[in-house]
Amino acid sequence: MSEKLRYRDPELASNIAQKIRELTPGNRTIKFCHVCGTHEWTITHYGLRSLLPANLEVIAGPGCPVCIVPAAEIDEAVQVAKKGAVVTCFGDVLRVPGSQTSLLEAKAEGADVRVVYSVTDAVEMAKAEPGKEFVFFAVGFETTAPSSAVEVLRPPPTNLSFLVSHRLIPPAMELLLGVGDLQIDGFIAPGHVSAIIGLKPYELFPRVYRMPTVVAGFEPIDVLMAIYMMLKQLKIGRAILENEYLRVVQPQGNPKALEVMSKAFEVKAGDWRGIGRLPDSAFALREEMLDFDAHQKFGVRVEQGKDILLGCECHLVIIGKIKPDHCPMFMKACTPEKPVGACMVSNEGTCRVWSKVIVS
Amino acid sequence: MCLAIPARVTVVEGDKAKVDFGEGVLREVNVSLVEPKVGDYVLVHAGYAIQKMDEKDALETLALWDEILTKQ
Repeated sequence: MSEKLRYRDPELASNIAQKIRELTPGNRTIKFCHVCGTHEWTITHYGLRSLLPANLEVIAGPGCPVCIVPAAEIDEAVQVAKKGAVVTCFGDVLRVPGSQTSLLEAKAEGADVRVVYSVTDAVEMAKAEPGKEFVFFAVGFETTAPSSAVEVLRPPPTNLSFLVSHRLIPPAMELLLGVGDLQIDGFIAPGHVSAIIGLKPYELFPRVYRMPTVVAGFEPIDVLMAIYMMLKQLKIGRAILENEYLRVVQPQGNPKALEVMSKAFEVKAGDWRGIGRLPDSAFALREEMLDFDAHQKFGVRVEQGKDILLGCECHLVIIGKIKPDHCPMFMKACTPEKPVGACMVSNEGTCRVWSKVIVS
Repeated sequence: MCLAIPARVTVVEGDKAKVDFGEGVLREVNVSLVEPKVGDYVLVHAGYAIQKMDEKDALETLALWDEILTKQ
């Protein structure tokens, strides 16, 4: 059997599921939390929850980088576009609601907004049209931030600047531990963020919070194994940090990526949609890179936006406090075709992932 | 959005490489963060290779699963 098939082997899955059932304590609810939209996709797409005992829950934390971009930062991108610059962004970002309009609506009103697959595309566009100003709206967690950093340091063409909205995952995980009634029993840490940052940033979870933490890959067996590994930690009563995703995640992460990120960006407090301001959770361009800062170039800064529309429960879905189908709007007023909240916009948003398999 | 896809490196030219995602899907990606050789497997996210994938590590994962499941 090829490796890929092995990672999706139904027999192996049911074998692990059996062991999970044997290890799950019967006297209370166990709640594990992941913080990655791709993990939610794997869990939902392969129906992994149906393999778990009724008292073992896997909840989705703030793992969708597009969903947590605050409206104020969408507003800034819209303003820049309305000032005449070409705004380039990933496709998922286009429909994320701002306080008044999304980038897609701004485009419909005549702004030049273009979807790119990579920051490299934005660089190529700026080179091809030197008479126009281009802005790359840099959204994403630590997995995506190194590519922005590489282009900032290169340096970019003089007609390309950046709106940096990158966010860091470990501070958001720490926030979840402070949400009193969430009562998390373990973390499934995101494999591709970890490919960049390595294991060290998660060390505090077992050490300080006694929280089992397993870095996991994205195949169904990876996720089941992570659940199994956390249950074993609970059984022996010892929380440790383990790496299930050995084929990708090195303990030190990707040193080159970490180096370019630290040269291009500084860490500062950042606003997260539905969550609020988290200390040390965002990247901003370093002072010596401010020539490439679109805030400066276009004189745009929005301090506060309108993150959550009345009736939308995204702020509770984002921290795993409710499931998408507990929101009264889910698949009624809020659908993939006409999303109300950011969680329904991105392919990695929990509501959007659920919309493909669950119609409330 | 942190989706990343494994691909095999077929040509390296400076910071760029042509990679094969399988089934004939070829694409140019930036490899400056991992500096792979032809034949290496890399994990590609948003046009950038973010990590090399090691066959030895892949086999280790499978061995880890076997070990964990049989040891209990």
